Amino acid sequence: MSTAIDLAEVPLRQLNQVLHDAESGGFDVLNPRGAHAVACGITTNVTVEVAGSVGYYCAGMHQVGTVVVNGNSGPGLAENIMSGTVRTTGNASMSAAATGCGGLVVIEGDAGARCGISMKGVDIVVGGSIGHMGAFMAQAGNLVVLGDAGADLGDSIYEAVLYVRGEVESLGSDCVEKEMRPEHLAAVRHLLQAADMTASPADFRRYGSERQMYSFHVDDIDAELAEGAGAVK
Amino acid sequence: MCGIVGLFLKTPTHREDLGRLTADMIHEVRDRGRDSAGVATFGSGDNATTRITVLADGPQPDWNATATALEALLAAEVSVRPLHDHAVFETTGDGRAARQWLIDHMADIEVLSYGSQIELYKSVGDPDLLATRYGLATRTGTHAVAHTRMATESAVTANGSHPFSTGSDTCLVHNGSLSNHNQLRLRLEQRGESFQTLNDSEVAAGYVSWRLGSGDSLEQALQRALTDLDGFYTFAIGTVDGFAILRDPISCKPAVVAETDDWVAMSSEYRAIARLPGVADAEVWEPEPARVYTWSLAA
Repeated sequence: MSTAIDLAEVPLRQLNQVLHDAESGGFDVLNPRGAHAVACGITTNVTVEVAGSVGYYCAGMHQVGTVVVNGNSGPGLAENIMSGTVRTTGNASMSAAATGCGGLVVIEGDAGARCGISMKGVDIVVGGSIGHMGAFMAQAGNLVVLGDAGADLGDSIYEAVLYVRGEVESLGSDCVEKEMRPEHLAAVRHLLQAADMTASPADFRRYGSERQMYSFHVDDIDAELAEGAGAVK
Repeated sequence: MCGIVGLFLKTPTHREDLGRLTADMIHEVRDRGRDSAGVATFGSGDNATTRITVLADGPQPDWNATATALEALLAAEVSVRPLHDHAVFETTGDGRAARQWLIDHMADIEVLSYGSQIELYKSVGDPDLLATRYGLATRTGTHAVAHTRMATESAVTANGSHPFSTGSDTCLVHNGSLSNHNQLRLRLEQRGESFQTLNDSEVAAGYVSWRLGSGDSLEQALQRALTDLDGFYTFAIGTVDGFAILRDPISCKPAVVAETDDWVAMSSEYRAIARLPGVADAEVWEPEPARVYTWSLAA
């Protein structure tokens, strides 16, 4: 039995306070009408279903629990998500899952520009296509795209892993295609399963960092340490 | 930041409600800028008459004397309808000539727009106040564009508010900032365009008017704008019978579009669209970077 909260009658802050105060349980958010910051900062294992489209920063700073938007989501969906699950059944605007540190973000439709920008460990699964500059400066985590990717995918990428089934318009600086080894097929299979999406892992290509743009080269770590040790003497 | 909205009514269904729907949309984006606001509506005029909307930010001039002076210039009847700090002149004479005369001879007023279909109002202060003061909710017509401003490129004054219009029945609202507007302003002035502010967005409006005046279609004018304008922008543009959206290739500035059989609406934020009639069945999408979107009543 879930609790219904109607945003046509209840102010946004009151909604978020109720969600913050709850230890568990289900909540249905009615009449979101593009409101910003719906279900932000959830820290307990609640399940929130939003009946309609939301504006900016829905489920931002999401720590645990599940938020499902039955509609489209505006810019910054699940920005800085730490863990838990956020899903939108429609499209997401720009900067979806930006800087996300963990958890799972599922976008059943398309995502706009800069999807997964600066992602730091979040897993993102997009049922449709993503816009330009996806995974810009992406540091860790996985981005799975069942459709196409726009221009400059993975520009200045660090160690995040990108899987795209469709066409990639162009790759950004220091992003290259890499071999799909068995562990990558397994990873895609796992992520699709978690996102409740059906596709064949073998149809995906993997993209990641060529590691030519790091100012700190991991391969040089022994030399760096040796130099440092020498300087102390 | 700034908020922009545009509403283009493809069918007559909601044309009696154009102003009310636009006022509701403006209300939803007032959090994006409350320095000032402006709105242009199209489609309530008749083709034989040119309307010239002007703004006097300070002391109000003798509007009747101004109308008499315009009659002498245009050799045509000129009526005038004051509305707070605005006035709307109506004439069968040459609107472009009237605009230039007013700019050259009336230092204390701004010419906001001219054309057979456009009326344009702008003011400093809360966007809802603008809607109330100029009776937006009662306006009818085919399309409207409006703006709530958080100023970055020029002073917070009524004449620095959007929409900007320099050519007949053409206006533009802008979220963003242009970086080559000074150079472009000079080029356009050399080609006969005239400007009344130092605002970057007025230059964009002047650019579009210049291209349309040079024979480009709205589509062609905006394709060329992608080459000639440098900076960040999401534009919504209204013409006598058309509506357009353009975003720069990076598209940092937000935009969302919804379309039904009856209307096209765009805004910086979905919440401005969320209450429009029939929105539940609308197709909703984000305009792609560097892609020209146009709609026409003529089509």
